[in-house]
Amino acid sequence: MLRIGVDVGGTNTDAALLDGSKVLATVKSSTTADVTSGVGTAIRAVLAEAGIAAGAVNAVMIGTTHFLNAVVEGRHLEKVGILRLCGASTRSLPPLIDWPDNLRDIVDGGAVLVDGGVNYDGSEIAPLDGPAIRAACRDWRARGISSIAICSVFALVDPRMENEAADIVAEEMPEAAISLSHRVGRTGLLPRENATILNASLHKLGHETVGAFRSAFAALGLTCPLYLTQNDGTLMAADFSERYPVFTIASGPTNSMRGAAFLTGLSDAAVIDIGGTTTDIGMLVAGFPRTRSEGAAIGGVPTNFRVPDVYSFGLGGGSIVRPGEKPTVGPDSVGFRLPEKAICFGGDTLTATDIAVAAGLVDLGDRSRLSHITPEFARQMLAQMKASIETVLDRMKPSAEPIPAILVGGGSVLVDALLEGTSVSLKPDHFGSANAIGAAIAQVSGEVDSVVSLEGTTREIALEGIVAEARARAVEAGADASTIALAEIEETPLAYLPGNAVRVAAKVIGELRA
Amino acid sequence: MKYWTLTETDIDRIAIGCGILGTGGGGSTYHGALRAKALLREGKRIRMVRPADMAPDAQIIGLGGIGAPTVGIEKIAEGAEGVRLMQALEHHMGRKVDAVLGDEVGGGNGIAPMLTAAMVDLPVVDADGMGRAFPEVQMTTFFIHGQAVKPAGLADADGNVLIITEATTPKMLEKLMRASTIAMGCTALMTTAPMSGEFVRRFGVPHTTSQAWSLGDAVINARAAKEDPVEAILKQSGGVRLMRGKVTDIARRISAGFNRGTLTVAGLDEDAGRSIAIEIQNEYLIAREGEKIITMVPDLICIVDSETGRAIGTEELRYGLRIDVLSMPAPVLLRSEIALESVGPRAFGYDFDFVPMGISADAPAVPYYTEEGA
Repeated sequence: MLRIGVDVGGTNTDAALLDGSKVLATVKSSTTADVTSGVGTAIRAVLAEAGIAAGAVNAVMIGTTHFLNAVVEGRHLEKVGILRLCGASTRSLPPLIDWPDNLRDIVDGGAVLVDGGVNYDGSEIAPLDGPAIRAACRDWRARGISSIAICSVFALVDPRMENEAADIVAEEMPEAAISLSHRVGRTGLLPRENATILNASLHKLGHETVGAFRSAFAALGLTCPLYLTQNDGTLMAADFSERYPVFTIASGPTNSMRGAAFLTGLSDAAVIDIGGTTTDIGMLVAGFPRTRSEGAAIGGVPTNFRVPDVYSFGLGGGSIVRPGEKPTVGPDSVGFRLPEKAICFGGDTLTATDIAVAAGLVDLGDRSRLSHITPEFARQMLAQMKASIETVLDRMKPSAEPIPAILVGGGSVLVDALLEGTSVSLKPDHFGSANAIGAAIAQVSGEVDSVVSLEGTTREIALEGIVAEARARAVEAGADASTIALAEIEETPLAYLPGNAVRVAAKVIGELRA
Repeated sequence: MKYWTLTETDIDRIAIGCGILGTGGGGSTYHGALRAKALLREGKRIRMVRPADMAPDAQIIGLGGIGAPTVGIEKIAEGAEGVRLMQALEHHMGRKVDAVLGDEVGGGNGIAPMLTAAMVDLPVVDADGMGRAFPEVQMTTFFIHGQAVKPAGLADADGNVLIITEATTPKMLEKLMRASTIAMGCTALMTTAPMSGEFVRRFGVPHTTSQAWSLGDAVINARAAKEDPVEAILKQSGGVRLMRGKVTDIARRISAGFNRGTLTVAGLDEDAGRSIAIEIQNEYLIAREGEKIITMVPDLICIVDSETGRAIGTEELRYGLRIDVLSMPAPVLLRSEIALESVGPRAFGYDFDFVPMGISADAPAVPYYTEEGA
């Protein structure tokens, strides 16, 4: 199976072409403002390097920060009509209450709170108020709003009300795009509603972006399916990502960690990704990034997306080195201006890359321009950089036991010796393109997080129901049903109350359907 | 009477402090702080008053949330639960309420009384019945010192209001409240019986909102100055750091509605090589190092994020989290023999007696009680 993985970063667009588990070629090109033309350039280059025809490729996977940037910059977002199904409850905290003012003004298309919603045990809070929903739709339509977010209290216990409300909205506004909270988020009304509203506000951009990818692919002669990588490093089919663009929003660090696991064959290790400006350290557990316990804030909007637990600090190839009594490296960097600023490239700023060149770790630019850097000083600076990585590494590690470390990213030339606290420090082939490789090898997942009542049923039957729902979602996202396995299941009984309600979060993962 | 009128930045400080005083429980302060700030922006006011300034015959009720935090983050409050509850209580008693307070300063319940107070424009007494968080209704200095069990009540988001006109014991009141809360969808606002100004002055833990504010202020100032917020908490609280470390194990089990478990923390930095085990029953109750018990309930065991000083609740605990374990002396009123019967180690099923850690001292009021008013 021939796959192309593409990772669109802030500076570079990386592409990798894999035949099964063999890496045929990797390339780096510049990210473009429209994203699509840079992706096209990278794909064309990687095909040319491997000498493969576009028509032979079986799948293309793209990881992009495009949608995240849209939220962070508040651009290309559309106004959203917000429908909360809640009865009297929740009115003390109306929708958008914890949004930054600027984003709220951009996205707020009018929120309506109507009767509906369910309790933790699935009983109705109030019957769904159809006439109120129809009245809200007429108002939104009159104001030109065409993307609607619907969020019901305890939608994850019973999504029925959201589905019924969606049917009513579709009748009144046949052209509208509808985002349902039970498909987007986890338990916790405000963060789930926020994620649903973000998704709705990205709808038009998602449609346009995926459309642009499709036409670019047609121009390249690619006929294979297109996938986007999502927050947890797994894939979603392009038509699915058109409806759920918000799932791509935190996929950044995941791809390079998954790529590191693939390139080394290790499933439990520290991944140290050294770029031009920062070093990101995260932990692989069973082949996937360890996630943070708290949800991610996207552009200042609290959501409950699980994102990788990554520690970032200011050390990279472009970090500025300041000699003196107490010499320092970083945390500031010359960033993307490294090719003009670094002394070895004819510039005037001493950088971490210059130190690596002076020490002979890498052959770049003109080493003779660095004759004033003594071997002692270079050694001292390298030791200092290594120590700063080791300090963070020690904090991230689950225990004092030595663990393997995988070094990826262009800046990993800065480290040459074994890092303290590690059993082995690996710098695999293609280390600079781990992110694109991570996109190329991604699998497909399905996830459900719900509160279930065990009244009148058994724990086993309840858990089976949740896992079945997660499997159905994975198949919908493009998984081969016969390869799906349970990746994680977490049960949390509800504290402070005797009773039989538990919160269950389940996730399944499978291989991409051929 | 002198008042302290809160601003939005005061709410941020109080929320951080209530989190720390929550000793792992009490629920999140996130919703309460959002609501309090929204009320202030609407032009409502939140006025604090010192317990010693209350008229001896003033009528004061305690307000707070009851139920499962996991439900509370989904079926959020309607908003006027406390107003309906107070009106029903006033109707039942034939007498007006003069001020409100929180039974529990720890966690979200440290902010809960302010929301109702803002809506009906009553003052909030700067005192509570725990000085921390406890899992059960009767575990307050008020009940320990003979607060009446009636009338108590509950109100929910849907409009149900329940007045309990009699209960045989405070423990029975807890059972009645808990059962009714389940019927109300597992989340409700509760009040215990009205207390006099004189009773609150004598048996309330004084100035705990001030204490929460001071802790939050220390954290915010330290963060702004890029100093260690945990050091700032210690300096402000008179507590000690038991250890800086990371979570290496969390074993949970649930029985009878209690979230029980044991947390293991391995030392980092200068504490490298040490290990502390903390026993949990909704709150952090006992800290052991080897065989030795270092801190035990009712003294406070507070766990905060090593970098930000943010309190870490028991439900957030997970492998690898970098935390500081702090110990703070319980308020004077919780360490008496009579109090220890309700909130000492034996009340939580341990077979040893309370040994204090550090010296108790009541928190002073903040110096902002300067506004004259009726």
